[in-house]
Amino acid sequence: MTRLAAALVLLLGVLYFALPLYGMTEFSLRMRRGVYSLDAYRVVLADPQFQETFAYSAFMALVTIVVGVVLVVPTAYWVRLYLPRLRPVVEFITLLPLVIPPIVIVFGYIRLYNTSSFLPLTGSSSGTTLLLLFGYTVLALPYMYRAVDTGLRAIDVRTLTEAAQSLGAGWITIMGRIILPNVLVAVLSGAFLTFAIVMGEFVMAALLNRPAFGPYLQLTGANKAYEPAALAVIAFAITWASMGLIQLVTRFQKFARAER
Amino acid sequence: MTADLEIARLEKSFGATRVVRDFNLAIAKGEFVSLLGPSGCGKTTVLRIVAGFETATAGTVGIGGQDVTGLRPNQRNVGMVFQAYALFPNLTVAQNVGFGLRVKGVPRAEIRARVAEMLELIGLADLGGRYPFQLSGGQQQRVALARALAPRPRVLLLDEPLSALDAKIRVALRNEIRAIQRALGITTIFVTHDQEEALSISDRIVVMNGGMAEQVGTPFEVYNRPATRFVATFVGSLNTFEARAEDPAAGRVSLAGVSLRLAGPLAARPGDPVGLALRPEQLYLGRGPGHEVVLPARIEEVAFLGSVIRLRVSAAGARLALDTFNRSDSPPPPVGSTAEVSFSARDMIVLGA
Ligand SMILES: Nc1ncnc2c1ncn2[C@@H]1O[C@H](COP(=O)(O)OP(=O)(O)OP(=O)(O)O)[C@@H](O)[C@H]1O
Ligand SMILES: [Mg+2]
Repeated sequence: MTRLAAALVLLLGVLYFALPLYGMTEFSLRMRRGVYSLDAYRVVLADPQFQETFAYSAFMALVTIVVGVVLVVPTAYWVRLYLPRLRPVVEFITLLPLVIPPIVIVFGYIRLYNTSSFLPLTGSSSGTTLLLLFGYTVLALPYMYRAVDTGLRAIDVRTLTEAAQSLGAGWITIMGRIILPNVLVAVLSGAFLTFAIVMGEFVMAALLNRPAFGPYLQLTGANKAYEPAALAVIAFAITWASMGLIQLVTRFQKFARAER
Repeated sequence: MTADLEIARLEKSFGATRVVRDFNLAIAKGEFVSLLGPSGCGKTTVLRIVAGFETATAGTVGIGGQDVTGLRPNQRNVGMVFQAYALFPNLTVAQNVGFGLRVKGVPRAEIRARVAEMLELIGLADLGGRYPFQLSGGQQQRVALARALAPRPRVLLLDEPLSALDAKIRVALRNEIRAIQRALGITTIFVTHDQEEALSISDRIVVMNGGMAEQVGTPFEVYNRPATRFVATFVGSLNTFEARAEDPAAGRVSLAGVSLRLAGPLAARPGDPVGLALRPEQLYLGRGPGHEVVLPARIEEVAFLGSVIRLRVSAAGARLALDTFNRSDSPPPPVGSTAEVSFSARDMIVLGA
């Protein structure tokens, strides 16, 4: 009886997730009347606007990852080594972006950096892109910090640092040759999450009026029939590919123990 | 003796607690000195100050005539081996050993040669390509030793490097460490709380208690002529007696009504209580040659330890430990039997304050 109930619940769950996906995918293949075809995808991929926004967002995602790593790895390392009592505080700060809606952040930015402010970043397109980058970095912070901190927990940060110091290494060598390689898998999982988030982000990009993939998705969705479905499938694939890559890199680290 | 490593008037406090007080130590080039003491006595702290990981509250550290007190750890050229090995998990054995040289910017070919030489020295020549997790604890600690020695440090510091290993490997590796240290002639400080370890491999031992050096001396001196009561009781096992001074200048005391003459004069007034001690091996089963004190005794316990037989006897109202060498022609006396035990008062250790 309970087994049956459990199976039923599972089936419902699967239907809840799978049915819309199936419907969307199926619909995206029906652009040509009467037969299944990849026409919608061909149209989408050939759209110069798709290419531009996709490239823009992918670029932004990569830069966000780099900035995030440069910001988070040394911070998490430093806090672990020298300010262990501040860890809960830092952790709380990194979690704030999950609590504060992006729209609040953007309006804050616009108010602070508008054209009549002391630092008129919104006045130029490169300035606005920089603001967007800051926003994305903030969005990525919770995921990045948690991932890196978990990675650091797996190694004896203090003793490794001291061993390296006694061998003559300075901070840059210690970060680059010891700490970063040892948290690389953690950093990569944070990076793929960040990539997925930035590729789909809408609010910040739209309000800052940047040619990003999120607003393009919305625009297409409002004006076309079959293409939005194809785009959604593509976006979905990107997210799942990112998740799959996280699983993959966790396994490929060659110096890790087999059970990890 | 010109000191290669000189620690002078060292003090260290963490907040209000003084962890190291007035610590002085001069180590000659190539000397192997152990810091021995109970847990929490400040051994690690002294070592970490020498390495530069902790800043002394007062005092100086000099290496090779240079005052390094203000230098950062990575400027001191000091090799360090940790209890937990601390190998870099992302680097191979060879890369670990070569790390210090790479940091220094030594040419690749030279690094390769030095790494090969070091791996040869620790007997792991074939394992250069392995990662640390693929090695046993003993192998990891050898690699850590090679890594510390590869950049030719001025001083080698080892913080309880053997305590994570099991007994057999511990003995083998400590002898190996000592042999390598001798061969390279490197000035070494070795921290341990294992007295046997310290006694067996050190040129000199610093016995520490409560952040202070209670005695500095060769293993022979520390064991046979302990400077303080703490040293006497911490190093080796003891039978202790309370006696009274009779003629301190002549080293005469009275113990349980018997007048004894000790090896040297006493710093006490007549009638003062004097703490005396006798190592178990100075107590003799039967009448030893030249032993003026002979006591009737009853055998209470017999522990056969191989080369040594450890007896517990009751004599003169006290329980005494007695060590005797195993001899294949004379089995140990049975428990409950009576025997005579003897010793010479000249072998007694006077316990100071
Ligand atoms: N960072 C620190 N902050 C506060 N107290 C400390 C710190 N490091 C050490 N202590 C204290 O200093 C004392 C000496 O510590 P230390 O580690 O030098 O002892 P040890 O002789 O090496 O002991 P063990 O044999 O257990 O390793 C201890 O009482 C310890 O609690
Ligand atoms: Mg210690």
